Amino acid sequence: MSVVVEEASDRRQRPASAARSGGPRAAAQWVRRAPMLPALVFLIVVTQLPFLATLVISFTDWNAYYPQERRFAGLDNFRRVFTDVNMRNAVLTTIVLTVAVVLVSLVLGLLIALLLDRRFRGRAAVRTMLIAPFLVVPVAAALLWKHALYNPGYGLFNGALTALWRLFGADRPPQPDWISSMPLPAVIAALVWQWTPFMMLILLAGLQSRPLDVVEAARMDGATGWEIFRHITFPHLRQYLELGGLLGSIYVVQNFDAVFTITSGGLGTANLPYTIYQIFYTAHDYGRASAAAVVVVIGTIVIATFALRTVSTLFREESAR
Amino acid sequence: MSSITDIAPVPATRTRSGAPRRRRRERGGLLLSIVAWLVGILFVLPVLWMLLTSLHSEPAAATNPPSLAAPLTLQGYRDFFGVSSGASPWPSLANSLTASLLSTGLVLLLALPAAYALSIRPVRRWTDVLFFFLSTKMLPVVAGLLPVYLFAQQVGLLDNIWLLIVFYTSMNLPIAVWMLRSFLAEVPVEMLEAAAMDGAGLTRTLRAVVAPVVMPGIAATSLICFIFSWNELLFARVLTGTVAQTAPVYLTGFVTSQGLFLAKVCAAAVVVSLPVLVAGFAAQDRLVQGLSLGAVK
Repeated sequence: MSVVVEEASDRRQRPASAARSGGPRAAAQWVRRAPMLPALVFLIVVTQLPFLATLVISFTDWNAYYPQERRFAGLDNFRRVFTDVNMRNAVLTTIVLTVAVVLVSLVLGLLIALLLDRRFRGRAAVRTMLIAPFLVVPVAAALLWKHALYNPGYGLFNGALTALWRLFGADRPPQPDWISSMPLPAVIAALVWQWTPFMMLILLAGLQSRPLDVVEAARMDGATGWEIFRHITFPHLRQYLELGGLLGSIYVVQNFDAVFTITSGGLGTANLPYTIYQIFYTAHDYGRASAAAVVVVIGTIVIATFALRTVSTLFREESAR
Repeated sequence: MSSITDIAPVPATRTRSGAPRRRRRERGGLLLSIVAWLVGILFVLPVLWMLLTSLHSEPAAATNPPSLAAPLTLQGYRDFFGVSSGASPWPSLANSLTASLLSTGLVLLLALPAAYALSIRPVRRWTDVLFFFLSTKMLPVVAGLLPVYLFAQQVGLLDNIWLLIVFYTSMNLPIAVWMLRSFLAEVPVEMLEAAAMDGAGLTRTLRAVVAPVVMPGIAATSLICFIFSWNELLFARVLTGTVAQTAPVYLTGFVTSQGLFLAKVCAAAVVVSLPVLVAGFAAQDRLVQGLSLGAVK
């Protein structure tokens, strides 16, 4: 990652120059630095070294089924990644899935946070009910949606439709096969259900840290609810919306559990992590899997550059405090 | 460190507004409260449905329309724990517990000193270091999966719980450093200076001044690391087999299960989610603060 590399090299140079100047000051700097070195070294070894290895493997022609034919392949794997229809679809699916889940859960989360930002009977209970989806283990949640909710034969959705139709004396309720007829929306809905609570919690915390005297003054001056929201609440919430969007994106881009469980990547729902898992785990095409992984990383860098800028704004405000 | 509930919410009615306007607002408020309740019920419904289905017999669980009045039974749980079949989830649950607890401990061991160096007496260019930590979290896990797998294969660490522990530690370390740094930054400098004036050493300062302020933050950090490790599927699936299999991997055995196993599937989902649900409900406020890397107070 560009940001990272720059900073890492910068940091490496500094101790060297400090050492040249020598003296007790340099030693003192090292004493201060020492506590963070174990964590830093550990992270570099466990996360950065494997990525470097992935980078190297991405330039080799290496299939575990034909171990003798391992050789340097240049950009061949990358060409195959970009020309492969499945791969292009996976890129598209990843983008659609991430954008849809993050946006929908942000909007829903905002609406619910606004609902909960008032005192009413049982507010704590409602908040607790809303958190539940986020606390179900992702694989378990995906299994729940696949078998207990979406199942065309005995799932809750079709069961409710049957019950509703019977209530009105009708005989033939519609019984759609949710996953086959709308695979990607089915995955998106399950993920939105899991992520909306998270967005809601962040935005609610944001709402409740709003300076109340400003809102009060605006109201005294005769501002309407919408005007207050538009000019005071929303600008204040912006950084919380960005934070929620950033953290949500980091996790949803990498989603494996829901895709693997609900559709097993079928019917056009295979996103990049699932596709890479398949190329590597089922097809054993190490070279191509690595090239795909490198492409994912490059894509993530683009998002991360924006994301890091957002976080650094939050951060500057904190330092200025 | 004010939690959500500590802050007084905006009063629903304002004294300045006229009487008719207030009444209209109150009626609107009631409507909004009902909507809030309905949304809450809608979101919790799948979880309640999972719980109810897990307590039904298999035939009762798989009826259309659903039978709400079916007698409750623990058969789904008995099936899940393999009372009749002999396939037991206990080893995988024990593996998940081991991996989550040990990696959380390791994370704290590495992250606490690092967070200390980045907050209380920050090193030069400490923001860059902090961003480096966060950026490793943005490296998609699939990008390092293959080399880790090949390495494990070479040195015979496949299907070994220690490999997962090391990986989970690296997965949670950046988050933990960020969180702990923001909690440590809340220790008032004046208190540290006062301790130094009184001639307190490092150990004493840490124990008497820093620890009381930071303990809740450490608890929140541990909770989040535990949850993420407990939930992880991709690495566990690729790197473990039968011996070191974790609970989420055990659950994937139900992915293709069809027909009359709905109660068992739901019982499985309930059992595996239970630790996270209990811990999460118990520490809701800290969970948000932690998940937002301490940025949301």
